[in-house]
Amino acid sequence: MEIFEILLSASFWAAVLRIASPLILATMGELICERAGVLNLGIEGIMVFGAFAGWMAVYAGLGLWPGVLVAFAAGAMFGLVHATLTVPFGLSQHVVGLGITLLATSSAYYAYRLALPQVTSPPRITPFQPLNIPVLSDIPFLGPALFSQTALTYLAFASVAVVALVLFRTPLGLALRAAGENPSAVEAQGLSVTALRMGAVMVGSGLMAVGGAFLTMSAFDSFFFEMVNGRGWICIALVVFGAWMPGKALLGALLFAAFDALQIRMQQTPMGAHVPYQVFLMVPYVLSILALVLMSRRAEVPAALMVPYNRGER
Amino acid sequence: MGAREVVLRLEGITKRFGKLAANDDVGFALHRGEVLALLGENGAGKTTLMNILFGHYTADAGTVEVFGKALPPGAPGAALAAGVGMVHQHFTLAGNLTVLENILLGTRPLFGLGLGRAAARARVERLSRDFGLAVHPDAKVRSLSVGERQRVEILKALYREARILILDEPTAVLTPQESDALFATLKKAVALGLSIIFISHKLHEVMAVSDRVVVLRHGKVAGEVATAETDRHRLAELMVGAEVALPHPAPGRAGEMLMELRDVSTPSEGNRTGLRRVSLALRAGQITGLAGVAGNGQGALADLVSGLIAPASGALRVGGTEVSGWSPRAALDAGVGRIPEDRHATGSIADFTLTENAVLEGYARQPFARAGWMDWGRARAHAEAIIAKYDIRCPGPEARIRLLSGGNMQKLILGRALEAGPKIILANQPVRGLDIGALTYVQECLIAARDAGAAVLLISEDLDEIRVLSDVIHVISAGRLSPPFARGSKTVAELGVWMAGQGFADAA
Repeated sequence: MEIFEILLSASFWAAVLRIASPLILATMGELICERAGVLNLGIEGIMVFGAFAGWMAVYAGLGLWPGVLVAFAAGAMFGLVHATLTVPFGLSQHVVGLGITLLATSSAYYAYRLALPQVTSPPRITPFQPLNIPVLSDIPFLGPALFSQTALTYLAFASVAVVALVLFRTPLGLALRAAGENPSAVEAQGLSVTALRMGAVMVGSGLMAVGGAFLTMSAFDSFFFEMVNGRGWICIALVVFGAWMPGKALLGALLFAAFDALQIRMQQTPMGAHVPYQVFLMVPYVLSILALVLMSRRAEVPAALMVPYNRGER
Repeated sequence: MGAREVVLRLEGITKRFGKLAANDDVGFALHRGEVLALLGENGAGKTTLMNILFGHYTADAGTVEVFGKALPPGAPGAALAAGVGMVHQHFTLAGNLTVLENILLGTRPLFGLGLGRAAARARVERLSRDFGLAVHPDAKVRSLSVGERQRVEILKALYREARILILDEPTAVLTPQESDALFATLKKAVALGLSIIFISHKLHEVMAVSDRVVVLRHGKVAGEVATAETDRHRLAELMVGAEVALPHPAPGRAGEMLMELRDVSTPSEGNRTGLRRVSLALRAGQITGLAGVAGNGQGALADLVSGLIAPASGALRVGGTEVSGWSPRAALDAGVGRIPEDRHATGSIADFTLTENAVLEGYARQPFARAGWMDWGRARAHAEAIIAKYDIRCPGPEARIRLLSGGNMQKLILGRALEAGPKIILANQPVRGLDIGALTYVQECLIAARDAGAAVLLISEDLDEIRVLSDVIHVISAGRLSPPFARGSKTVAELGVWMAGQGFADAA
């Protein structure tokens, strides 16, 4: 019965939004890439590098927002490498993506050691503080649950709306979706599949890096190894869960975050004393797999996902 | 006529793929308000020429002029901007977008806001009406029939204010009724001052729809004639380069029973009809024709003969002995040669070379494999032999098969099946989509195989083909098989009655 108490507490829902934020940002990034036809398995490493770059920039003296920009730019650079190899050169997106993950992760760790050779515990920065939205944050229960978050969380939710609007309400979105479905349709209209896909991968990778930066600049105040801890792979699954639709992917991120927030709290209940804590840790993943199986049955996969496009090939 | 404005002029176009000259010094002019047919066999270079015009390929030499201005080579946007619209053989539509979205794609500045759907919808609806192109603007393209998708392609071109329309083999994928509707649309377009290039290898369509004909052969212009001053026979000669006569084989001499089905049934799956107590005898030296409307169990029978499915009940006898454990391997071992219905989906692997495709069925056995190792030298020699014997136009045995035209691909599949020396040949729609030269050749090969003692099962939706080639005809309807009819014993109308499902013992 502790479960109802947990679900009725504002702090639980505030935690859900907080846990969901990096997932939402990175999922939107992956969704953009995949809609354009490129699977970006660099996501995990790009998130690590984003977490490092944003935090390092602030530690080095930049403001918080410039730090976010640095993270975005760093992500976009890895996106550029990924896109150059997979789009014009048409290399395997799996191999390149995993390579980018290894490269970005180890680059972050290397740069960390290079910048802070003597340090045993990483220095702290002053992260984004909760922003109480006037009026809304005074609403009982809903206020502290939803409207007392950091700016990056609001940004994460805004990114869903922006991605959805661009994809479904602008010529650019139309061209991106077509590039992921039938690139020759794009080429036949005189648009460049290469430019569209490369642009999508760069912007998408930038968003992934900001998702990573959320961890060091909003959720915590410092950079640790292993802190991304597989969130990138969760985002890959969330894109599938969301059937490549931004709104549904947001729902998936919230669902996963809710499971995660719940399991942390369940560990502290009397039940937690009897059940090994690993079982609780497992819960969000097991439930996510189940949800994925149920949700993704009738998803419309972008038809040209993972298919390199060569002009002039019959 | 001669004084009419030239809207499009091609001069000296040359394009090579490896050693193959797909276009060799091709030139012609299109006038305002005419339908110009570009006629040629598969592989004659028609599609390549249009891809050059459209900037998808860059020509090795030659110029393209539209409305008096030269087009820059290799720029896909240039022809569009100059007012040329193309309906490709393989549609360039995105299935996840709606009709309207597909039409809008690329028409607005990429970084603009909003799609202007309302205004665009009104314009699309007006164009649909004016040109007789009925299609719902908000339908997802994925859900449309092939004929409807083609209408979307034409609408796309018209929406961009194309003054020249190019249609690449537009009727290959259409039913006769859809083709007639398309011709009506083309007539309306010409009456409104558009100019049309109609690419085809079907003579009766060219005669019906065009004002002038340019004939391509082996990448060169073989002739240019006014449609009114020629006939199908002369066009066929120009196209093939020699007089053509469709084969009219003498009756075969029936020999021993090679395969026999007795009361065989297979389950229906989804919308795929199974067999219902089918009895069939395939004899050496005979072509057995299977007539019927598509989807009445032809697929199940073809799968059964080729070993992909086994009978659920009834008996299957091959060479006099009843078989158990019927499988694709068992069928190959029993000497079944297979020419599948869909040469792209089941007949070949697009990204494999001709050599690899040529040994797809025999790769695991002598002489292509010995002690578990592939002998690529022999495989390649085998492919080269097939290429030479069946006159396959290709850059070479190491080219990927996706580079080949449909007719050449079919010849490779035919060669692969026949060179294995099959006793039983399953020919499922062997000439579908082929031009007259390739068609004649494939049919002659089947007749020759019959005369050499093979049993041929010919499945076709073309009654004329069935009636001319078959020694025995069965009609299939709702999974039931008619009794055998001897050659010439039934008229088209009588066969049609059976095709409609009447005459069967259990017909209600």
